[in-house]
Amino acid sequence: MSVHAVSRVPRTPVPQTLAATVTQRPVSGSVHSWDLSTGVDGPGTRFVTFLSGCPLNCLYCHNPDTKKMRNGTRTSADDVVAEATKYTTFIRASGGGATVSGGEPLLQPVFTGELLHRFKHELGLHTALDTSGFLGPRATDALLADTDLVLLDIKSWDRDLYRRLTGRPLQPTLDFARRLADLGQDVWVRFVLVPGLTDAEENVAGVAAFAASLGNVSRVDVLPFHKLGASKYEALGERFELADTPSPTPEQVAAARAIFATEGLNAV
Amino acid sequence: MTVQFSDSTQTGEAWEGFRGGLWRDAVDVRDFIQANYTPYLGDDTFLAGPTPRTSAVWKKITDLFPEERRKGVLDIDAHTPATITAHGPGWIDKEQDLIVGLQTDAPLKRAIMPYGGWRMVAGALETYGYPVDPELEKVFTEYRKTHNAGVFDAYTPEIRAARKAGIVTGLPDAYGRGRIIGDYRRVALYGVDRLIAVKREEKDELNAMPAEGRSIEETIRLREELSEQIRALGELKAMAATYGHDISAPARDGREAIQWLYFAYLAAVKEQNGAAMSLGRTSTFVDVYLERDIAAGRLTESAAQELVDDFIIKLRIVRFLRTPEYDELFSGDPTWVTESIAGMGEDGRPLVTRTSFRYLQTLYNLGPAPEPNMTVFWSPSLPQGFKEFCAKVSIDTSSVQYESDELMRPRFGDDTAIACCVSAMPVGKQMQFFGARVNLAKTLLYAINGGRDEKSGAQVGPATGAVSGEVLDFDDVMRRFDQQMEWLADVYVHALNVIHYMHDRYAYERIEMALHDRDVRRTMACGIAGLSVAVDSLSAIKHASVSVVRDGTGLVTDYVVDGEYPAYGNNDDRADELAVWLVEEFMKKVRKHPTYRDAEHTQSVLTITSNVVYGKKTGNTPDGRRAGEPFSPGANPMNGRDTHGYIASALSVAKLPYDEAEDGISLTNTVTPDGLGRTREERVTNLAGVLDGYTASNGFHMNVNVLNRDTLLDAMEHPENYPQLTIRVSGYAVNFVRLTREQQLDVLNRTFHGTL
Repeated sequence: MSVHAVSRVPRTPVPQTLAATVTQRPVSGSVHSWDLSTGVDGPGTRFVTFLSGCPLNCLYCHNPDTKKMRNGTRTSADDVVAEATKYTTFIRASGGGATVSGGEPLLQPVFTGELLHRFKHELGLHTALDTSGFLGPRATDALLADTDLVLLDIKSWDRDLYRRLTGRPLQPTLDFARRLADLGQDVWVRFVLVPGLTDAEENVAGVAAFAASLGNVSRVDVLPFHKLGASKYEALGERFELADTPSPTPEQVAAARAIFATEGLNAV
Repeated sequence: MTVQFSDSTQTGEAWEGFRGGLWRDAVDVRDFIQANYTPYLGDDTFLAGPTPRTSAVWKKITDLFPEERRKGVLDIDAHTPATITAHGPGWIDKEQDLIVGLQTDAPLKRAIMPYGGWRMVAGALETYGYPVDPELEKVFTEYRKTHNAGVFDAYTPEIRAARKAGIVTGLPDAYGRGRIIGDYRRVALYGVDRLIAVKREEKDELNAMPAEGRSIEETIRLREELSEQIRALGELKAMAATYGHDISAPARDGREAIQWLYFAYLAAVKEQNGAAMSLGRTSTFVDVYLERDIAAGRLTESAAQELVDDFIIKLRIVRFLRTPEYDELFSGDPTWVTESIAGMGEDGRPLVTRTSFRYLQTLYNLGPAPEPNMTVFWSPSLPQGFKEFCAKVSIDTSSVQYESDELMRPRFGDDTAIACCVSAMPVGKQMQFFGARVNLAKTLLYAINGGRDEKSGAQVGPATGAVSGEVLDFDDVMRRFDQQMEWLADVYVHALNVIHYMHDRYAYERIEMALHDRDVRRTMACGIAGLSVAVDSLSAIKHASVSVVRDGTGLVTDYVVDGEYPAYGNNDDRADELAVWLVEEFMKKVRKHPTYRDAEHTQSVLTITSNVVYGKKTGNTPDGRRAGEPFSPGANPMNGRDTHGYIASALSVAKLPYDEAEDGISLTNTVTPDGLGRTREERVTNLAGVLDGYTASNGFHMNVNVLNRDTLLDAMEHPENYPQLTIRVSGYAVNFVRLTREQQLDVLNRTFHGTL
C-alpha cells in the first residue's frame, strides 16, 4: 500500500474557502461543508450545502459529524453563494441545481431560506431542500416558494419505530408532507431500508400508501442502508449502534421498491 | 496541386455517386468528407450485435491472451528487421478474416525494429529468452547506425546527467518517437498511384527551385525525404499485393475502403515502433462508403458492423517489442491506436455518423478493450442520442476518453485527430516531435537544494546554493525555482532537438510522412509532470509554515508542514492560481529556446502511467508527500486533497490555460456507478451532463472510469476472471490485470470518487 502524506491537509471536508470570511453579513449560518455531487442529492449535478445541527438522532445517520450546530463553521450566505457561483456555468450545462442539506436545514430556517432564495433568483438554479420534515412548521411559505423540490425523509411508518430510530415523533413529518401536498410542491420521498429495522412489509407499505395518497410525490428513493459513515463515528468517539447491521441485499431492496410501485409510485 | 490520374475507369467506378469537386483535383480528404457524409441524429437502436464469424475470430485471439500475459510476449521474430515488406502475409484465420493483414506472419508475434535503437531490441530479446542474432548485431552496431546511437553521440554531459537524475524522463531516445498520424484515409480515397504522382510533383517543385533555395540543407533533406516517401508508398503497394489486393487505385466499396485504410496503417506499424501509433479520424470517412453500399443494397447493417468489428480486431492486436523498463513507465503494453470520433463540423453539422456508433459498438461486440484508444470529441452541441450512447458505453466499459471539440476546433479545424492521449493535430497537415516530460516537483526540490539532487546529492542543476534558515520563505523559493526552471527548459529543449534531428536521420517515418502534405506544421511537444505536487508544495510554503530537515551534508531531505494550506483540486483560486502560473511560466521558458526545424513549442500536462515512476524518483516534498509516493497522474490533483467531489476537482484542472498547454491537459476521473445516479437512465443522462458541464467550463480532457472499488480488488486477486477489464489512466486505457501491482494499488488509492 502506498503511504499517504503526513500532511496537515484535512481528511474530512472543511469549507476552506467559506472559512475565509471577510465581512460578516446579517444572514449567516452554521455550515458543515459544501460538495458537488451527481445523482444523489436531487436531479443532476448539484452544489450541496451541508448545514450543521439536527434535532433527530437517527441510529443509521451517515453524517453524525453534522449533528451538532456548534461544530459547524459560522458562514455568511454571501460566501456560500459566492462558492456556488463558481459552478453555475457547469450546472447550467450539465443539468442539476443546488441542494440545501444537513444536518437539518430547517434548524436554521432563515439562513436556509436565504440560500434557497438566492440560489434560485440570483443564480437561476433549480433548488432542492433535503429535510426530515420534523421542523416543517419552520419552513415559511416564502421558503417553500423558493424550493423547486423537497427531498423528504420518511424514515418509518410505525410510530414507535420512528421514535426509536430518531428519538422524535413522526407526526410533524406527516403534517409537513400534507402541507407540501396542499401547496402542490414537487416531492421526492426518501426511505432508508435497514434490514431488521425498517424493512417490515407493513412498515414499508404504510409509507407507500401515505406517499401515494399525497398526489405530489414524483419519485421515491429507496436508499439501502450502508455503513460508510462508520469511520465518522469512530473519529467522533461515538458508538455506531448499527455497526453489526448488514446492508440490505439487492432482493430486499427490490422487494421494497415493489411495494412502492404497487401504490403507483415511481420507486428507484 | 493537380495530377491527372490515368486509370479513370476504376476511379470513376470508385467515386460513383460521390459529390463535390475540390477533393477530386487535390488531395483533400476533409473536403471529401464534408461533401459526402450524412450526420446521424438518432440513437443506438439500429446497431447490430456480433456475427458468429466475428465471435469465432475474436475467440481465436482471446484464447492467445493468457499465454501472452504470462510470458510477456506470445512470440518474436528475432531474425527479421522489420520493414513494410519484411514479413510474409499472416492471418488470424485465412478463411474467415474479412479485413486482412498482420504486422508479422502470425497474430501477436512481434517484430524487431532496430532503426530506433539496437539496445532496445537486444534488451527485449534477452528479457524474453530469444537469441540475439550476432549477424544483425554486427549490422546495427557496425554498419548501420541507429537513432539511439546517433542521439548518444550528440548528447552533452549535462543532458546525460539530467536524464540520469530523472528530472527529464521518458525521452524517445531509445525507441521510435511516434505521435505522427499518417492520413491513412488518402490511400482508400485516391489509391497509392495517385499519391505517388502527387509526391513526385511535390519533389519536382523542389527540383525546380531557384538555386539559393535549392541547394540548402533544408531542401536537400526534404528531397531525400520525398524520395523515401515515394519508395515507402511503393512498398505499401507491394505489401498489399502479398495479400492479393491491388491498392494502386481507389477503393471501390466499404470493405475496400476499410482494407486500403488498414493497409496504410499496417505499413506504419510494421516499420515504426512509435511511442504512440494513432489511427486518426476515420469513422465518418468510412461511413460514406458503408452508407453508399447500404443504400445500394449491397450491404446490411449486420454486414457493415461485421466489417468494422473485424477492422477493430486488427487494431486491438497491434504489438511492439519493448523492454520491461519501458513497461514500467507505460505499462499494459500500450500502442495508442487512438481513433478520434465525432465532434462538430465548422458548418455546425455534427460529424457523428452511424459508423461513429459502429466503432463504439465494438466495445460491446468484442467486449471492453484498451485499444484502439476510443476518443470522443465532445461538444454540448452533439446530438443527444450520440451523447447518451457514449455515456452508456463509458458506464458499461470504462473504455472511452473525451476531449473538448470546443477547444480544438477553433484552433485546429474540424479534421483534427488526437495522437497518443491528448495531442491534437489536423490530419495529414501537422506532426509533432514528441518530447515526453520534465519533473517539476523535483525541479522545486532542486531550487531548495541549489541544484543538488535530493536523492543522490549530486550537483545536477546550476549551483545556486541551498536555502538557508529553517522555515522556507515563499519569495526566496520562487526566485530559486525560477533559476532552476530556466536551466531545465534549456537542457530539455536541447535534448529534444538532438533526439528529433537523429530520428529524422536514422528512423524517418517514411510511410506516415508520405501520407502528409509536403509542408507540414511541426510542434515541439514538451511536457510537465508533478504539477499538483509542485503546486501544493508552493501553496504550503505560502499559506502554511514549512520548515526543512537537513542531512549531514546540508542537503534538505524532508519537510515539516505546520498549519493548513489550500490544496489544488478544490476549485480554490489560492491554490489554482499557482497551477496556472506554473503552466504559463514553464511554457514561457521553453519558448525561449530555438527548436529543430523551427517547430512550434507546445507542452502537455500528461503522465500516462509514469506518475508512479516519477514519484519513485522524487524525494520528500514540501506538501507533505513522502519520498517515493506516486504523483497524481496528468493534471489531476493529489489523491485525498480534493475534498469537495470530483467536479470541484475537475474545475481546478479546467483553469489550466489550453493555449499554454496546447499539447493537452489530462484529467482522469473514476466514479462509482452510484456516484452518477440511482437508475441506469439517470446515470447515462447525468454522465452526459457532466461532460457537457466540463466542456462548457473549458475543461480539455476527461478519462471516465465507472467502476466499483470491489471490482478492482477482486481483479487483483483473481486476474484470470477479468481478462478484458479495462480502465482509463491519464490519456489511455489499459487492461487492469496487465498493470504492475504497484500501479494497480496506485489506481485504487487515487481519485476514487464515490459518494456517501
